[in-house]
Amino acid sequence: MGIVVVNPGPLTLVEDLGRQGWAALGLSPSGALDRQSLRLANALVGNPATAAGLEILLGGLRLRFVTASYVAVAGAEGSVTLNGAEIPLNQAVPVAPGAVLDFAVPLFGLRYYLAVQGGIDAPRLLGSRSTDMLSGEGPAPLASGDHLGIGSDLGGGPELGAGSDLVTGPLAVPAIRRAPDPARAITVRVDRGPRADWFDHDSWRQLVTQGWTLSADSNRIGARLVGRPLKQTRTEDLPSEGMVLGALQVPPSGLPTVFLADHPVTGGYPVIAVVRRADLDVLGQARPGQRIRFVG
Amino acid sequence: MLLPCGDSAFLVELPELSAVVAYYRGLTGFPGDMSIPQGIIDVVPAARTVLVTFDPGLITPAEVRDWLETAQPAAAVVGSGREVRIEVTYGGPDLAETAQYLGLSEAELVRLHTASEWTAAFSGFAPGFVYLVTTHEGLRVPRRNTPRTAVPAGSVGLAGEFSGIYPRSSPGGWQLIGSTTAALWDASKAHPALIRPGDTVRFVEA
Repeated sequence: MGIVVVNPGPLTLVEDLGRQGWAALGLSPSGALDRQSLRLANALVGNPATAAGLEILLGGLRLRFVTASYVAVAGAEGSVTLNGAEIPLNQAVPVAPGAVLDFAVPLFGLRYYLAVQGGIDAPRLLGSRSTDMLSGEGPAPLASGDHLGIGSDLGGGPELGAGSDLVTGPLAVPAIRRAPDPARAITVRVDRGPRADWFDHDSWRQLVTQGWTLSADSNRIGARLVGRPLKQTRTEDLPSEGMVLGALQVPPSGLPTVFLADHPVTGGYPVIAVVRRADLDVLGQARPGQRIRFVG
Repeated sequence: MLLPCGDSAFLVELPELSAVVAYYRGLTGFPGDMSIPQGIIDVVPAARTVLVTFDPGLITPAEVRDWLETAQPAAAVVGSGREVRIEVTYGGPDLAETAQYLGLSEAELVRLHTASEWTAAFSGFAPGFVYLVTTHEGLRVPRRNTPRTAVPAGSVGLAGEFSGIYPRSSPGGWQLIGSTTAALWDASKAHPALIRPGDTVRFVEA
Protein backbone atom coordinates (compact mmCIF):
# COMPACT_ATOMS: atom_id res chain seq x y z
CA MET A 1 0.00 0.00 0.00
CA GLY A 2 1.04 3.57 -0.46
CA ILE A 3 4.18 4.75 -2.19
CA VAL A 4 7.69 3.29 -2.52
CA VAL A 5 10.69 5.63 -2.57
CA VAL A 6 12.92 4.36 -5.39
CA ASN A 7 15.35 7.29 -5.15
CA PRO A 8 14.98 10.19 -2.70
CA GLY A 9 17.13 12.67 -4.66
CA PRO A 10 19.37 15.10 -2.73
CA LEU A 11 16.82 15.79 0.03
CA THR A 12 13.13 15.01 0.18
CA LEU A 13 11.21 15.72 3.38
CA VAL A 14 7.71 15.27 4.75
CA GLU A 15 6.38 18.74 5.53
CA ASP A 16 3.03 20.31 6.37
CA LEU A 17 2.37 23.84 7.63
CA GLY A 18 4.47 23.15 10.73
CA ARG A 19 3.95 23.36 14.47
CA GLN A 20 3.58 26.90 15.73
CA GLY A 21 3.54 27.98 19.34
CA TRP A 22 6.23 25.72 20.87
CA ALA A 23 9.22 28.04 20.70
CA ALA A 24 9.19 28.43 24.51
CA LEU A 25 10.03 24.70 24.69
CA GLY A 26 12.90 25.10 22.24
CA LEU A 27 11.13 23.82 19.13
CA SER A 28 11.19 25.68 15.82
CA PRO A 29 8.03 25.94 13.71
CA SER A 30 9.32 23.87 10.74
CA GLY A 31 6.89 23.19 7.91
CA ALA A 32 7.13 23.88 4.19
CA LEU A 33 9.48 26.75 3.29
CA ASP A 34 7.17 27.74 0.42
CA ARG A 35 3.87 27.43 2.25
CA GLN A 36 1.78 28.87 -0.55
CA SER A 37 2.92 26.15 -2.96
CA LEU A 38 2.18 23.33 -0.51
CA ARG A 39 -1.24 24.85 0.15
CA LEU A 40 -1.89 25.03 -3.59
CA ALA A 41 -0.83 21.41 -4.18
CA ASN A 42 -3.02 20.23 -1.29
CA ALA A 43 -6.01 22.25 -2.46
CA LEU A 44 -5.72 20.83 -5.99
CA VAL A 45 -6.17 17.24 -4.78
CA GLY A 46 -8.90 18.17 -2.31
CA ASN A 47 -6.77 17.91 0.82
CA PRO A 48 -7.20 20.18 3.81
CA ALA A 49 -4.52 22.86 4.14
CA THR A 50 -2.93 20.98 7.03
CA ALA A 51 -2.22 17.75 5.09
CA ALA A 52 1.42 16.72 4.79
CA GLY A 53 3.16 16.63 1.42
CA LEU A 54 6.70 16.17 0.20
CA GLU A 55 9.22 19.00 -0.10
CA ILE A 56 11.59 17.96 -2.88
CA LEU A 57 14.89 19.82 -3.02
CA LEU A 58 16.29 20.12 -6.56
CA GLY A 59 14.39 17.12 -7.98
CA GLY A 60 16.04 13.72 -8.30
CA LEU A 61 13.12 12.02 -6.55
CA ARG A 62 11.64 8.82 -8.03
CA LEU A 63 8.48 7.33 -6.48
CA ARG A 64 6.55 4.17 -7.40
CA PHE A 65 2.87 4.24 -6.50
CA VAL A 66 1.48 0.98 -5.13
CA THR A 67 -1.97 2.49 -4.62
CA ALA A 68 -3.93 4.53 -7.15
CA SER A 69 -4.24 8.18 -6.17
CA TYR A 70 -4.34 11.77 -7.36
CA VAL A 71 -1.27 13.95 -7.11
CA ALA A 72 -0.44 17.61 -7.72
CA VAL A 73 2.97 19.28 -8.00
CA ALA A 74 3.53 22.98 -7.26
CA GLY A 75 6.43 25.26 -6.34
CA ALA A 76 9.56 24.76 -8.43
CA GLU A 77 9.10 24.40 -12.19
CA GLY A 78 10.77 21.62 -14.13
CA SER A 79 10.09 18.35 -15.86
CA VAL A 80 7.98 15.96 -13.79
CA THR A 81 7.14 12.71 -15.55
CA LEU A 82 4.67 9.93 -14.89
CA ASN A 83 5.83 6.69 -16.55
CA GLY A 84 8.09 8.84 -18.72
CA ALA A 85 5.41 11.27 -19.93
CA GLU A 86 5.55 14.84 -18.69
CA ILE A 87 2.66 15.89 -16.44
CA PRO A 88 1.35 19.43 -16.02
CA LEU A 89 2.31 21.28 -12.85
CA ASN A 90 -0.25 23.02 -10.65
CA GLN A 91 -2.95 20.55 -11.63
CA ALA A 92 -4.42 17.34 -10.17
CA VAL A 93 -3.23 14.25 -12.06
CA PRO A 94 -4.54 10.67 -11.59
CA VAL A 95 -1.90 8.03 -10.80
CA ALA A 96 -2.45 4.30 -11.43
CA PRO A 97 -1.00 1.48 -9.32
CA GLY A 98 2.57 0.73 -10.42
CA ALA A 99 3.10 4.19 -11.91
CA VAL A 100 6.52 5.81 -11.52
CA LEU A 101 6.80 9.54 -10.85
CA ASP A 102 10.13 11.27 -11.59
CA PHE A 103 11.30 14.79 -10.76
CA ALA A 104 14.04 16.37 -12.90
CA VAL A 105 16.22 19.20 -11.63
CA PRO A 106 13.92 22.25 -11.77
CA LEU A 107 14.59 25.10 -14.20
CA PHE A 108 12.96 27.69 -11.94
CA GLY A 109 12.88 27.67 -8.17
CA LEU A 110 14.44 25.14 -5.81
CA ARG A 111 11.73 23.08 -4.09
CA TYR A 112 8.87 21.14 -5.62
CA TYR A 113 5.86 20.38 -3.43
CA LEU A 114 4.01 17.12 -4.04
CA ALA A 115 0.56 16.58 -2.58
CA VAL A 116 -1.07 13.15 -2.67
CA GLN A 117 -4.81 12.85 -2.17
CA GLY A 118 -5.31 11.99 1.51
CA GLY A 119 -1.93 13.41 2.50
CA ILE A 120 1.36 11.68 3.36
CA ASP A 121 0.89 9.66 6.52
CA ALA A 122 3.48 9.94 9.27
CA PRO A 123 3.37 10.19 13.07
CA ARG A 124 2.47 13.64 14.37
CA LEU A 125 4.49 15.59 16.88
CA LEU A 126 2.54 18.40 18.52
CA GLY A 127 -0.05 18.29 15.77
CA SER A 128 2.37 18.38 12.84
CA ARG A 129 4.06 15.81 10.59
CA SER A 130 6.85 18.20 9.58
CA THR A 131 10.51 17.28 9.65
CA ASP A 132 12.67 19.69 11.65
CA MET A 133 16.24 19.50 10.36
CA LEU A 134 17.63 21.42 13.35
CA SER A 135 16.30 19.27 16.20
CA GLY A 136 15.92 16.06 14.19
CA GLU A 137 12.29 15.80 15.32
CA GLY A 138 9.62 14.62 12.91
CA PRO A 139 9.93 12.06 10.08
CA ALA A 140 13.45 11.25 8.84
CA PRO A 141 14.43 12.45 5.35
CA LEU A 142 13.25 10.00 2.69
CA ALA A 143 15.61 7.11 1.88
CA SER A 144 15.61 4.55 -0.94
CA GLY A 145 13.25 1.69 -0.17
CA ASP A 146 11.06 3.67 2.24
CA HIS A 147 7.35 2.99 2.11
CA LEU A 148 5.18 6.07 2.53
CA GLY A 149 1.63 5.65 3.74
CA ILE A 150 -1.19 7.66 2.25
CA GLY A 151 -3.40 9.24 4.88
CA SER A 152 -7.08 9.99 5.00
CA ASP A 153 -6.82 13.78 5.34
CA LEU A 154 -9.62 14.55 2.97
CA GLY A 155 -11.29 17.88 2.56
CA GLY A 156 -14.09 18.95 4.79
CA GLY A 157 -15.02 22.20 6.44
CA PRO A 158 -12.59 24.98 7.17
CA GLU A 159 -9.58 24.08 9.25
CA LEU A 160 -9.71 25.31 12.80
CA GLY A 161 -6.02 25.92 13.04
CA ALA A 162 -3.87 28.00 15.34
CA GLY A 163 -3.57 30.92 12.95
CA SER A 164 -5.56 32.76 10.34
CA ASP A 165 -3.43 31.30 7.58
CA LEU A 166 -4.81 27.89 8.46
CA VAL A 167 -8.43 28.97 8.39
CA THR A 168 -9.01 28.01 4.80
CA GLY A 169 -11.11 25.20 3.44
CA PRO A 170 -9.94 22.97 0.62
CA LEU A 171 -12.17 24.80 -1.83
CA ALA A 172 -10.18 28.02 -1.55
CA VAL A 173 -7.46 27.27 -4.10
CA PRO A 174 -4.48 29.60 -3.66
CA ALA A 175 -3.21 31.42 -6.73
CA ILE A 176 -0.34 29.99 -8.72
CA ARG A 177 2.82 32.01 -8.18
CA ARG A 178 5.57 31.42 -10.71
CA ALA A 179 8.82 30.10 -9.28
CA PRO A 180 11.66 32.65 -9.42
CA ASP A 181 14.04 32.69 -12.38
CA PRO A 182 17.47 31.82 -10.94
CA ALA A 183 19.10 34.30 -13.33
CA ARG A 184 17.12 37.24 -11.97
CA ALA A 185 17.16 38.99 -8.62
CA ILE A 186 14.28 38.37 -6.23
CA THR A 187 12.86 41.17 -4.11
CA VAL A 188 12.14 40.65 -0.43
CA ARG A 189 10.53 43.23 1.89
CA VAL A 190 12.04 43.81 5.34
CA ASP A 191 11.02 45.70 8.48
CA ARG A 192 13.31 46.97 11.23
CA GLY A 193 14.55 44.31 13.60
CA PRO A 194 14.98 44.68 17.37
CA ARG A 195 18.71 45.47 17.12
CA ALA A 196 18.73 47.74 14.06
CA ASP A 197 20.34 50.38 16.32
CA TRP A 198 23.38 48.13 16.84
CA PHE A 199 24.51 49.04 13.32
CA ASP A 200 25.70 52.29 11.78
CA HIS A 201 23.32 54.27 9.60
CA ASP A 202 25.20 53.27 6.51
CA SER A 203 24.56 49.58 7.24
CA TRP A 204 20.78 49.89 6.84
CA ARG A 205 21.25 51.78 3.58
CA GLN A 206 23.68 49.09 2.47
CA LEU A 207 21.26 46.34 3.46
CA VAL A 208 18.50 47.73 1.26
CA THR A 209 20.58 49.02 -1.66
CA GLN A 210 23.22 46.43 -2.40
CA GLY A 211 22.53 43.20 -4.27
CA TRP A 212 23.08 40.17 -2.04
CA THR A 213 23.83 36.65 -3.23
CA LEU A 214 22.42 33.47 -1.68
CA SER A 215 25.26 31.28 -0.42
CA ALA A 216 25.46 27.55 -1.18
CA ASP A 217 25.66 26.99 2.62
CA SER A 218 21.95 27.83 2.89
CA ASN A 219 19.46 25.26 4.13
CA ARG A 220 16.09 25.02 5.93
CA ILE A 221 17.64 26.57 9.04
CA GLY A 222 18.87 29.73 7.37
CA ALA A 223 19.48 31.49 4.07
CA ARG A 224 23.06 32.77 4.20
CA LEU A 225 23.87 35.91 2.28
CA VAL A 226 27.07 37.04 0.63
CA GLY A 227 27.79 40.71 -0.04
CA ARG A 228 29.59 43.69 1.45
CA PRO A 229 29.57 43.15 5.23
CA LEU A 230 27.37 45.28 7.51
CA LYS A 231 29.07 47.20 10.30
CA GLN A 232 28.07 46.74 13.90
CA THR A 233 28.68 49.77 16.12
CA ARG A 234 28.28 48.01 19.46
CA THR A 235 30.79 45.46 20.58
CA GLU A 236 29.32 44.00 23.77
CA ASP A 237 27.93 40.47 23.77
CA LEU A 238 24.22 40.15 23.24
CA PRO A 239 22.63 37.73 25.73
CA SER A 240 20.72 35.06 23.75
CA GLU A 241 17.23 36.24 22.83
CA GLY A 242 14.20 34.85 21.03
CA MET A 243 14.49 34.77 17.26
CA VAL A 244 11.58 35.14 14.86
CA LEU A 245 11.05 33.43 11.54
CA GLY A 246 12.59 35.72 8.91
CA ALA A 247 15.07 37.39 11.28
CA LEU A 248 18.23 38.72 9.60
CA GLN A 249 20.79 37.79 12.21
CA VAL A 250 24.20 39.37 11.71
CA PRO A 251 27.24 37.56 13.16
CA PRO A 252 30.63 39.31 13.54
CA SER A 253 31.41 38.58 9.87
CA GLY A 254 28.77 41.20 8.98
CA LEU A 255 27.07 38.79 6.56
CA PRO A 256 23.42 38.19 7.52
CA THR A 257 21.62 34.87 7.77
CA VAL A 258 17.84 34.91 7.26
CA PHE A 259 16.24 32.48 9.71
CA LEU A 260 13.95 30.02 7.93
CA ALA A 261 11.44 27.44 9.22
CA ASP A 262 13.91 25.21 11.14
CA HIS A 263 15.72 28.15 12.77
CA PRO A 264 17.01 28.02 16.36
CA VAL A 265 14.44 29.58 18.70
CA THR A 266 17.08 31.75 20.35
CA GLY A 267 20.29 33.33 19.14
CA GLY A 268 23.07 35.56 20.37
CA TYR A 269 23.73 37.83 17.38
CA PRO A 270 21.88 41.09 16.72
CA VAL A 271 18.91 41.10 14.34
CA ILE A 272 18.99 44.13 12.05
CA ALA A 273 15.82 43.40 10.09
CA VAL A 274 12.98 40.91 9.69
CA VAL A 275 11.61 39.61 6.39
CA ARG A 276 7.85 40.02 5.87
CA ARG A 277 5.97 36.76 6.35
CA ALA A 278 4.51 36.95 2.86
CA ASP A 279 7.97 37.11 1.28
CA LEU A 280 9.44 34.06 2.99
CA ASP A 281 7.94 31.73 0.36
CA VAL A 282 9.95 33.23 -2.48
CA LEU A 283 13.09 33.08 -0.34
CA GLY A 284 12.43 29.33 0.05
CA GLN A 285 12.60 29.05 -3.74
CA ALA A 286 15.83 31.07 -4.19
CA ARG A 287 18.77 29.05 -5.47
CA PRO A 288 22.40 29.25 -4.37
CA GLY A 289 23.96 32.08 -6.37
CA GLN A 290 20.62 33.86 -6.81
CA ARG A 291 20.66 37.61 -6.31
CA ILE A 292 18.42 39.01 -3.58
CA ARG A 293 17.35 42.62 -3.04
CA PHE A 294 15.88 43.76 0.24
CA VAL A 295 13.34 46.57 0.25
CA GLY A 296 12.54 48.40 3.46
CA MET B 1 11.23 48.39 26.74
CA LEU B 2 9.38 47.27 23.62
CA LEU B 3 11.51 46.72 20.54
CA PRO B 4 10.12 46.31 17.00
CA CYS B 5 10.63 42.88 15.49
CA GLY B 6 9.12 42.82 12.01
CA ASP B 7 5.42 42.86 11.23
CA SER B 8 4.28 40.13 13.64
CA ALA B 9 6.42 40.22 16.79
CA PHE B 10 7.70 42.43 19.60
CA LEU B 11 10.78 41.93 21.74
CA VAL B 12 10.39 43.08 25.34
CA GLU B 13 13.70 44.00 26.97
CA LEU B 14 14.03 43.73 30.75
CA PRO B 15 16.83 44.70 33.14
CA GLU B 16 17.69 41.21 34.40
CA LEU B 17 16.79 37.54 34.35
CA SER B 18 14.66 37.63 37.51
CA ALA B 19 12.54 40.36 35.89
CA VAL B 20 12.18 38.17 32.80
CA VAL B 21 10.93 35.24 34.88
CA ALA B 22 8.42 37.41 36.74
CA TYR B 23 7.21 39.15 33.57
CA TYR B 24 6.91 35.84 31.70
CA ARG B 25 4.86 34.37 34.54
CA GLY B 26 2.71 37.51 34.51
CA LEU B 27 2.12 37.28 30.75
CA THR B 28 1.36 33.58 30.65
CA GLY B 29 -0.86 33.72 33.72
CA PHE B 30 1.35 31.18 35.44
CA PRO B 31 0.51 28.44 36.24
CA GLY B 32 -2.24 28.33 33.59
CA ASP B 33 -2.29 30.11 30.28
CA MET B 34 -5.77 31.57 30.37
CA SER B 35 -4.64 35.17 30.11
CA ILE B 36 -3.01 34.89 26.68
CA PRO B 37 -5.11 36.70 24.06
CA GLN B 38 -6.20 34.91 20.92
CA GLY B 39 -3.75 35.49 18.08
CA ILE B 40 -0.62 35.28 20.23
CA ILE B 41 1.55 32.48 18.85
CA ASP B 42 4.71 32.32 20.95
CA VAL B 43 5.90 33.85 24.21
CA VAL B 44 9.61 33.07 24.43
CA PRO B 45 11.60 34.04 27.51
CA ALA B 46 15.39 34.35 27.27
CA ALA B 47 18.19 35.83 29.38
CA ARG B 48 17.09 39.51 29.24
CA THR B 49 14.11 39.47 26.92
CA VAL B 50 10.68 38.04 26.20
CA LEU B 51 9.81 37.59 22.52
CA VAL B 52 6.12 37.69 21.63
CA THR B 53 4.96 36.65 18.17
CA PHE B 54 1.42 37.04 16.91
CA ASP B 55 -0.82 36.47 13.92
CA PRO B 56 -1.72 39.92 12.51
CA GLY B 57 -4.85 38.36 11.01
CA LEU B 58 -6.22 37.67 14.50
CA ILE B 59 -4.83 40.49 16.65
CA THR B 60 -3.49 43.95 15.80
CA PRO B 61 -0.01 45.16 16.76
CA ALA B 62 -1.66 47.86 18.92
CA GLU B 63 -3.62 45.24 20.88
CA VAL B 64 -0.46 43.19 21.43
CA ARG B 65 1.42 46.32 22.53
CA ASP B 66 -1.37 47.16 24.96
CA TRP B 67 -1.30 43.63 26.43
CA LEU B 68 2.49 43.73 26.83
CA GLU B 69 2.50 47.19 28.41
CA THR B 70 -0.24 46.46 30.95
CA ALA B 71 0.94 42.98 31.97
CA GLN B 72 1.92 42.85 35.63
CA PRO B 73 4.95 40.87 36.67
CA ALA B 74 3.75 37.98 38.81
CA ALA B 75 5.21 37.88 42.31
CA ALA B 76 7.69 35.04 42.51
CA VAL B 77 5.63 33.18 45.08
CA VAL B 78 7.36 30.06 46.31
CA GLY B 79 5.52 26.88 45.45
CA SER B 80 2.69 28.63 43.63
CA GLY B 81 2.90 26.71 40.42
CA ARG B 82 4.06 23.50 38.82
CA GLU B 83 6.87 21.85 40.70
CA VAL B 84 8.94 19.16 39.02
CA ARG B 85 11.04 16.77 41.10
CA ILE B 86 14.09 15.28 39.39
CA GLU B 87 15.81 12.26 40.92
CA VAL B 88 19.54 12.49 40.40
CA THR B 89 22.32 9.99 40.89
CA TYR B 90 25.18 12.32 41.84
CA GLY B 91 28.72 11.41 40.86
CA GLY B 92 29.16 12.73 37.32
CA PRO B 93 32.63 12.92 35.75
CA ASP B 94 33.11 16.55 36.88
CA LEU B 95 31.68 16.27 40.42
CA ALA B 96 35.03 16.10 42.19
CA GLU B 97 36.65 18.87 40.14
CA THR B 98 33.59 21.14 40.44
CA ALA B 99 33.42 20.69 44.21
CA GLN B 100 37.09 21.50 44.44
CA TYR B 101 36.64 24.64 42.33
CA LEU B 102 33.86 25.83 44.64
CA GLY B 103 35.83 24.98 47.76
CA LEU B 104 33.22 22.45 48.85
CA SER B 105 33.24 18.75 49.58
CA GLU B 106 31.32 16.62 47.10
CA ALA B 107 28.65 16.01 49.75
CA GLU B 108 28.32 19.76 50.36
CA LEU B 109 27.94 20.43 46.66
CA VAL B 110 25.20 17.78 46.41
CA ARG B 111 23.49 19.22 49.48
CA LEU B 112 23.54 22.72 47.98
CA HIS B 113 22.21 21.46 44.63
CA THR B 114 19.35 19.51 46.24
CA ALA B 115 18.50 22.15 48.86
CA SER B 116 18.18 24.93 46.29
CA GLU B 117 14.89 25.80 44.68
CA TRP B 118 15.47 26.13 40.94
CA THR B 119 13.34 28.08 38.49
CA ALA B 120 13.08 27.15 34.81
CA ALA B 121 13.97 30.49 33.21
CA PHE B 122 14.03 29.68 29.50
CA SER B 123 14.57 26.94 26.93
CA GLY B 124 17.14 26.67 24.21
CA PHE B 125 19.92 24.55 22.82
CA ALA B 126 17.68 21.49 22.24
CA PRO B 127 13.97 20.74 22.67
CA GLY B 128 13.31 20.09 26.36
CA PHE B 129 16.49 21.77 27.58
CA VAL B 130 15.80 24.48 30.16
CA TYR B 131 18.16 26.89 31.87
CA LEU B 132 17.52 26.61 35.63
CA VAL B 133 18.41 29.45 37.99
CA THR B 134 18.41 29.77 41.75
CA THR B 135 18.57 32.69 44.15
CA HIS B 136 22.02 32.16 45.66
CA GLU B 137 25.33 32.30 43.84
CA GLY B 138 27.10 29.42 45.59
CA LEU B 139 27.10 27.14 42.53
CA ARG B 140 28.53 29.39 39.82
CA VAL B 141 31.17 27.54 37.84
CA PRO B 142 32.80 28.15 34.45
CA ARG B 143 32.16 25.86 31.51
CA ARG B 144 34.74 23.22 30.72
CA ASN B 145 37.70 24.51 28.70
CA THR B 146 37.14 21.81 26.12
CA PRO B 147 33.53 20.81 25.48
CA ARG B 148 32.79 17.10 25.32
CA THR B 149 31.84 15.81 21.90
CA ALA B 150 29.10 13.63 23.42
CA VAL B 151 27.35 14.26 26.72
CA PRO B 152 24.98 11.37 27.58
CA ALA B 153 21.23 12.05 27.75
CA GLY B 154 20.08 12.69 31.34
CA SER B 155 23.36 14.31 32.41
CA VAL B 156 22.85 16.98 35.07
CA GLY B 157 25.26 19.88 34.76
CA LEU B 158 26.30 23.31 35.98
CA ALA B 159 27.58 26.25 33.92
CA GLY B 160 27.70 29.93 34.82
CA GLU B 161 24.65 30.78 36.93
CA PHE B 162 22.68 27.85 35.49
CA SER B 163 21.95 24.22 36.12
CA GLY B 164 20.51 22.06 33.36
CA ILE B 165 19.74 18.54 32.20
CA TYR B 166 20.67 17.23 28.76
CA PRO B 167 17.43 15.85 27.19
CA ARG B 168 19.41 13.89 24.60
CA SER B 169 22.98 12.95 23.85
CA SER B 170 24.77 15.96 22.38
CA PRO B 171 28.05 17.86 22.48
CA GLY B 172 28.33 20.09 25.52
CA GLY B 173 30.63 22.05 27.79
CA TRP B 174 28.78 21.98 31.11
CA GLN B 175 30.28 20.55 34.31
CA LEU B 176 28.55 17.19 34.81
CA ILE B 177 27.72 16.40 38.44
CA GLY B 178 25.14 13.63 38.08
CA SER B 179 22.53 11.98 35.93
CA THR B 180 18.80 11.30 35.89
CA THR B 181 16.61 8.70 34.22
CA ALA B 182 13.75 11.22 33.88
CA ALA B 183 12.55 11.71 30.29
CA LEU B 184 13.05 15.44 29.66
CA TRP B 185 11.55 15.23 26.18
CA ASP B 186 8.95 12.65 25.17
CA ALA B 187 7.61 13.34 21.70
CA SER B 188 4.70 10.92 22.20
CA LYS B 189 3.18 13.09 24.95
CA ALA B 190 0.77 15.97 24.46
CA HIS B 191 3.23 18.14 26.45
CA PRO B 192 6.58 16.64 25.40
CA ALA B 193 8.72 18.82 27.69
CA LEU B 194 8.94 17.63 31.32
CA ILE B 195 10.10 21.08 32.45
CA ARG B 196 8.66 24.27 30.98
CA PRO B 197 9.68 27.88 31.51
CA GLY B 198 8.13 29.18 34.73
CA ASP B 199 8.23 25.79 36.50
CA THR B 200 9.93 25.23 39.84
CA VAL B 201 12.43 22.36 39.90
CA ARG B 202 13.79 20.43 42.85
CA PHE B 203 16.61 17.92 42.62
CA VAL B 204 16.50 14.92 44.97
CA GLU B 205 19.09 12.21 45.46
CA ALA B 206 18.01 8.95 43.84
